[in-house]
Amino acid sequence: MLNRTAENVARATPEPLARKVRGISDKGLAWLFISPTILLLLAINIFPLFWAIYLSFTNYRANRPNEVVKNLGFANYQRILGDKDVWIAMQTTAHFVFWTILLQTLIGFTLAWLIDRKFRGHAFWTTLILVPMMLSPAVVGNFWRFLYEPQIGLFSYVISFVSGIPPTSIQMLSNVSLAPWSIIIVDTWMWTPYVMLICLAGLRSIPEYIYEAAEVDRASNWRQFWSITLPMALPFIMLAVLFRGIENFKMFDMVNLLTGGGPGSTTEVASITLKRQAFESWRTGYSSAFAIILFVAVFGLANIYVKALNKVKQR
Amino acid sequence: MKSSLKLALGLASAITASTAVSNVAHAEDLTLCWAAWDPANALVELSKDFTKETGIGMKFEFVPWTNYADRFLNELNSHGKLCDLIIGDSQWIGGAAENGHYVKLNDFFDKEKISMDDFVPATVVGYSEWPKNTPNYWAMPAMGDVVGWTYRKDWFSKPELQKEFKAKYGWDLGPPATFDQLKQIAEFFQKRQIDGKTVYGASIYTERGSEGITMGAMDVLYSYGFQYENPKKPYDMEGFVNSPDAVKGLEFYKALYDCCTPPGASNSYMGEGVDAFKSGQVAMHMNFTFTWPGLQKDENVGGDKIGYFVNPKGPGGAQFAQLGGQGISVVSYSDKQESALKYIKWFANKDVQAKWWSLGGYSCLNAVVKDPKFPASQPYAQAFLDSMAIVKDFWAEPSYAPLLQASQKRFHDYVVAGQGSAKDALDGLVKDWTQVFQDDGKL
Repeated sequence: MLNRTAENVARATPEPLARKVRGISDKGLAWLFISPTILLLLAINIFPLFWAIYLSFTNYRANRPNEVVKNLGFANYQRILGDKDVWIAMQTTAHFVFWTILLQTLIGFTLAWLIDRKFRGHAFWTTLILVPMMLSPAVVGNFWRFLYEPQIGLFSYVISFVSGIPPTSIQMLSNVSLAPWSIIIVDTWMWTPYVMLICLAGLRSIPEYIYEAAEVDRASNWRQFWSITLPMALPFIMLAVLFRGIENFKMFDMVNLLTGGGPGSTTEVASITLKRQAFESWRTGYSSAFAIILFVAVFGLANIYVKALNKVKQR
Repeated sequence: MKSSLKLALGLASAITASTAVSNVAHAEDLTLCWAAWDPANALVELSKDFTKETGIGMKFEFVPWTNYADRFLNELNSHGKLCDLIIGDSQWIGGAAENGHYVKLNDFFDKEKISMDDFVPATVVGYSEWPKNTPNYWAMPAMGDVVGWTYRKDWFSKPELQKEFKAKYGWDLGPPATFDQLKQIAEFFQKRQIDGKTVYGASIYTERGSEGITMGAMDVLYSYGFQYENPKKPYDMEGFVNSPDAVKGLEFYKALYDCCTPPGASNSYMGEGVDAFKSGQVAMHMNFTFTWPGLQKDENVGGDKIGYFVNPKGPGGAQFAQLGGQGISVVSYSDKQESALKYIKWFANKDVQAKWWSLGGYSCLNAVVKDPKFPASQPYAQAFLDSMAIVKDFWAEPSYAPLLQASQKRFHDYVVAGQGSAKDALDGLVKDWTQVFQDDGKL
């Protein structure tokens, strides 16, 4: 019925008008629709990237607009790669990435596995577990700062209650050894639900008949977990690790809100160093080079990882 | 028909005229940019007189201290027209002058007979001149400020504490004259129970992100013998920045942090200091004097309970204090420079300056601060005057930002994180600052 109506409309369309519409090919029409997005991407992503690459070879400083911009070649890159403080910041970043991913994956997968059991009230618990992920990082950072307060913080009081150490001695954000862990704890608390969600999607994608076949073969629960659950959920786990890895490599908001990189430079991750160089010391050329190095590092590592992920999927 | 046409035309003209009038009024409005703090509220109140006198409206853009430099330096660097007038930090003067952000005020001062000799000399050098100690003026001193100390007079005057203190240290408990005395008092109060509450010795600056720990540590270092450079050879810092006396000064600051600050005070600056003092946590409190009017009025710790003292002397008897405060400048990208200059002319007036002080601002005009009635005008007025007489300031070079970031890192790494020694920190600072001046082509 609809087709017939469309045919009637097409037949009734005057020939000159039909020719006009037919003048734009399908490809042309497609370009017409996507060109605003492409232009926007070029303006806000691609152009700044190339501009940053150009600036990274200069001594440009954004707070010295009248100064002559000199070409420094690779001097900025050499200086960054030879700077001890930059390497310390990279090590700090690696430390955060490693521990947050390890904890989030372990806890996230365990939670997903438990939720997948479909016990009574599992929907309620799933929603409750997801709450931290839905909060704004600014809110999370600020309230955890209060929780960690040695004099009034709930966290210090709980630890004090359990361990018997006076709460004023538990200085999570001021103590050099504890400060990195204070950030790892908050990041794990906030983003484990995200990993859990992805893992849950993986677990739910495993067909039931595989487990039924395993039951027929009298495979134990442990055997089923190692031979079916884990291998089939692995691509999803790896995907979660990839997303969290990229995010945590760029980690800024939580560190900035909780410790600001301190005490001293104990929690100064690469993104904090970058921000200080770019917007506090105004070394625009230098910080552009640093940003490019970070970009290449993340891009390279992510590519290697994606190749590994594809291999796992093909198995 | 004719009359209705006339009516329509009349209405249209009236609407057009009223819009034009309102546009003229808005065109005259000036925007003044400053930090969001108590003196800014006083300035809003004061500026109402300017609007009454001239018909020029005033709008204000106040930004919290933590974002103040970022926000307004970005605005100036991008040649923004948001601010017609700006009360910029003292360390910005070099960069703002050399990059053309501020209008040079010499001709205007000559024309309007505003003399810099009428202002407190330290504020003229600190807030207005670039290069320093030359008669090139880019701002008019607007808000005098310096680091000083407040203490709990009510605790200090408790007879049982006085007796115990005298027995322990051999001198009367009172405002300290030297840093050694300050530390003894801080140790005495640390973790003491007063009125059923645990209190601590002192709140000092330890903030890492902007300028906090530098402003605090320098307050001690100056009086211990730290110098920025060789007085005979500019930018020659070896043996001055890291002199043995400067090392002792930094060691003292760390010892004070370790022994006598409240738990968790590892990132404390102006706001945190005020909170610690107001909540009755500390016996002494290092802060810029702008906080004093607010503390004096506080119901819990103000009035008779609070006392003020000047930054103490170092071991050799030298006594300096870190300069704060700002000058007011006309932004060179403003389209309303004439009106902005009118505001500065009005602000330089003696009566306006006297009212500024009475409202809680700190005038830098000699006629106000040298008035015989001034020391008695507020409980903190004498301590403010004495402090302003001993000020020193951080570098005001165009590269002040990387210079400041280097000291923030070196001081925080040593004082708060306990990494390395004081000598390592100051040697590292010489290295960092030398690099900055080499990049600038000054070395």
